[in-house]
Amino acid sequence: MPFDQILQYFLAGITEGAIYAVIAIGFNIIYNTTGIINFAQGEFLVLGGMIAVTLSAILPLPLAIVLAVAATMAVGALVDLVFIRWLASPSVLRLVVITIGVSILLREGMLHVWDEKVRALRNFTGSEISSVRLLGAYIAPQALWVLGIAAVIVVALALFFRFTLMGRAMRACAANRTAARLCGINTRWMVTLSFCLSAGIGALAGCALSPLTQTQYDMGAPLAIKGFTVAILGGLGNSMAAVAAGLILGLLEVFSISLLPLAYKDAVSLAVLLIVLFLRPGGLFGRLEAQRLKEF
Amino acid sequence: MRTSATRIVLAFAFVLAALPLAAQTGTIKIGAILGVTGPASNLGAPEAKTLEMLVEQTNATGGLLGRKVELILKDSGASPEKAISFARQLIEEEQVLAIIGPSTSGESMKVKDICEESQAILLSCAAAETIVKPVAKWVFKTPQNDSFAVIWIYRYLKERGLTKIGVVASNTGFGNGGKAQLEKYAPEYGIEILIAEVYDKEATDLTGVLTKLKAKEVQAVVNWSIEPAQSLVAKNLRQLGMTAPLLQSHGFGNIKYVEAAGQAAEGIIFPCGRLLVSGVLPAGHPQKRLLENYKKQYETRFKEDVSTFGGHAYDAFTILAEAIKRAGSADKAKVRDAIENLKGFAGTAGIFNFSAADHNGLDLSSFEMLTVKNGKFALLQ
Repeated sequence: MPFDQILQYFLAGITEGAIYAVIAIGFNIIYNTTGIINFAQGEFLVLGGMIAVTLSAILPLPLAIVLAVAATMAVGALVDLVFIRWLASPSVLRLVVITIGVSILLREGMLHVWDEKVRALRNFTGSEISSVRLLGAYIAPQALWVLGIAAVIVVALALFFRFTLMGRAMRACAANRTAARLCGINTRWMVTLSFCLSAGIGALAGCALSPLTQTQYDMGAPLAIKGFTVAILGGLGNSMAAVAAGLILGLLEVFSISLLPLAYKDAVSLAVLLIVLFLRPGGLFGRLEAQRLKEF
Repeated sequence: MRTSATRIVLAFAFVLAALPLAAQTGTIKIGAILGVTGPASNLGAPEAKTLEMLVEQTNATGGLLGRKVELILKDSGASPEKAISFARQLIEEEQVLAIIGPSTSGESMKVKDICEESQAILLSCAAAETIVKPVAKWVFKTPQNDSFAVIWIYRYLKERGLTKIGVVASNTGFGNGGKAQLEKYAPEYGIEILIAEVYDKEATDLTGVLTKLKAKEVQAVVNWSIEPAQSLVAKNLRQLGMTAPLLQSHGFGNIKYVEAAGQAAEGIIFPCGRLLVSGVLPAGHPQKRLLENYKKQYETRFKEDVSTFGGHAYDAFTILAEAIKRAGSADKAKVRDAIENLKGFAGTAGIFNFSAADHNGLDLSSFEMLTVKNGKFALLQ
């Protein structure tokens, strides 16, 4: 295979990987504070994209995205306040079922507020046909935006969790909720905050992805499944690992396409996921000891 | 004892008297199974809106044969399993005269057998040729055949000397059907398919597979699907710096796909019925008035652009209504015969000439080659 073709496959893999990575990050935050997987994460993505597309008709794009993120964060907080908070000591299974219910509710809600049609946000820079040339291969500028946004989110999250009081309180809540409560941390608000935060990150990801993947009310589930796969592949709870795993999976899929028919793409990625989980049950970058401390 | 026996006899008498009466004076029940939501919602939603509009209009002007029409609409979400159970429900419980739909080819193929077994009229709104080939006695379809679209595309490619092509299709009944037709007709038109790939109908990025097409140095790309992936193909193709022309199937006939693809949609070429270009048809064209009427009614009522898919439901309903009028009754067998004998009937997809051997009734002339120019559909010059 000539070099520029290899590079082109590589860039295509980066594009797909960036999409997976930015979705996977959102899963980790709620998991870190509550130990549950939020199955409504895909719907947060779509909701953010939908609101931004609607607002961008009347507002400048950056403002539309900011408002979309804020609105989705409010919805995220509402999900916790209405469905999660009043449960005294819910089992993990019960919480998971609740988030699945919330995802269905959000999806049908979006169908009624908007409609079944496919939409796309404008590209952040350039148009649908612009591409960046790199040594004889091409990549869409929006893919670079997605990568950049994923990087900013990861760094911002790392700083937030390490250096701010609130971030530390959330980590404490994740490590041991009873102990955190004894230290005077309001654990209930920390859970609300984590829903808020992951809804916001989901919405931002949804806006960044919309020019690439397009936005339709029912595409949350397929996106979330890929993001979830990547989150597990990297090791649950670790955003940096999620980005790395996303890129690895994207590259793997694209190079599998170069050799095998496209139809085997998902089979290849699932086979790799299974092998990784057999050999390293904590994920590529996760530590099993750390995960044993979690309930789930 | 005597009184209760009398009551039973009386009740029986009532039931017996009521039965034929209901059949003659009750409403005419028409079922519809459409993918209003889900992956085929770009087809199902305009189809459902069109049917609701037509049924209202028909009832406002006195109904059919002096009887009101009752539409029983089921949303299958493009799921074949749901379509099957809705078909059984409509036939066995609701006892409808005919079923309009389903929207997709995969569903239609499943429902075909059920309708054939239980002798219920089916007017499918899906395109795949296999729905009416081999002919099933009770099954008709209103969209043009895949093979017409394939022939138009191949003629265009051959004229321009673009003979080495790449094919991508979605993993659905429509996509697989189209791919099979493309492969079947390629040798006849001297076209060489260098690579043919199938993608998931919920695909969110097609850069990978298009890179493979790029590596094969194809001279043109043909995409066959009805999903939003049609816009993705256009965008990803240009983002990869490919300049090969993109040809799509007649599934591209919805302006929403052009909007979603933005500038990447410019120059896409596809065969399509005349609904989208009704404004530029010559004045005497047999379809012109009907197309413009439907377009105006639909667009003023629903505040959205008309699409060819709604047109397929329009054709299904008007064909059924015409057949009921000609049959002079709502008897299933008589209406079926009337549809089969319908000739020269102008619809949105073309002029229908049904026969015992042809339950689609359309020919090559039902298509025009269209392109996208400045974000709008235009006739290809």
